Amino acid sequence: MKVVQENYQIVYQPEDSTIHCKGSLRLNGQEEDYKRINNLLEQVIESEPPSVTLNLQELNFLNSLGINMLSKFVIKIRKKKFIKVIVQGAKDTPWQEKSLKNLQRLMPSLSLQLD
Amino acid sequence: MAILSSAQQRNTTLTTLKPELVASLPQTFGDYLEELPPYHEQLTLDFSPSSAPPRKRWRNNGRSADFLADFLVTCLPEIETEKDRRWQAEIKDAVSYIANELLENAMKYSDQSQGTCTRIHLYFDGSCILFLTQNNVHLEEVETFQSHIHELLTADPQELYITRLEESVESENNGSGLGLLTMINDYEAKLSWKFEQAGENLSSTEIAVTTMVQLEI
Repeated sequence: MKVVQENYQIVYQPEDSTIHCKGSLRLNGQEEDYKRINNLLEQVIESEPPSVTLNLQELNFLNSLGINMLSKFVIKIRKKKFIKVIVQGAKDTPWQEKSLKNLQRLMPSLSLQLD
Repeated sequence: MAILSSAQQRNTTLTTLKPELVASLPQTFGDYLEELPPYHEQLTLDFSPSSAPPRKRWRNNGRSADFLADFLVTCLPEIETEKDRRWQAEIKDAVSYIANELLENAMKYSDQSQGTCTRIHLYFDGSCILFLTQNNVHLEEVETFQSHIHELLTADPQELYITRLEESVESENNGSGLGLLTMINDYEAKLSWKFEQAGENLSSTEIAVTTMVQLEI
């Protein structure tokens, strides 16, 4: 499953249950791509893997709609109590150090790894 | 038959529609700086709602925000250490995030039927970055907007952030106000607003809103 555009890529690898998000994701809620990415995330939750890794290490920018989308994903997956969530980020990308901790506030058991 | 000037007609309509609101103008919320300090560097960009289709204009918001961030970096001291590099990267990232959110908000909430421009100013004095966005909103939207502002300025922003996210899952909305809350919580920015009557040649149903973001570096 993937959504690939000029500025960003969202790719789900089922073999290691990892969602790779790369590029600059400044979505507009009216766009079809926003719905497609949401559908991809919903399908990952519905497939109920034992753990999901959200790899954001190459995600350079994320607007507030994107933050909202990832936060909703975490809240929904939190309801499936048995799914572990790992978020991988990059310390060199300033927004990640500032904002990713908020995902942990939504789901305290979430493992946040900033390298 | 009495003939009203365009300004009189305009004021008559405004007063008729929302007399208390109009009487309260100009109105500020938060720590709004009426007198700007002497900023050394500044850049202003204007955007016309008819310049491009909405999808393209949305993408231009990101490009313009990156441009503003690149400009700001040219005003910073030369990099000498790894710490400087990190500091500069943080400022560039913050300017890009904040400018993009402000432009996106202006595009989402502007009364675009009247064709008025959105303007963003960026000022820098060596220690504070000031962002000002100016756009017009429809008179009917003002009270809801002001009630959101009141909540932003009086509630605990960290709690409000989580509440908005949890609500957005239940209601399937897109987390209204999240961009502004992120500026406050994650970037320690100070937000304020000014509402005033729009210029004389504009529709009587528009109010001019200036959003001010102060970012100490």
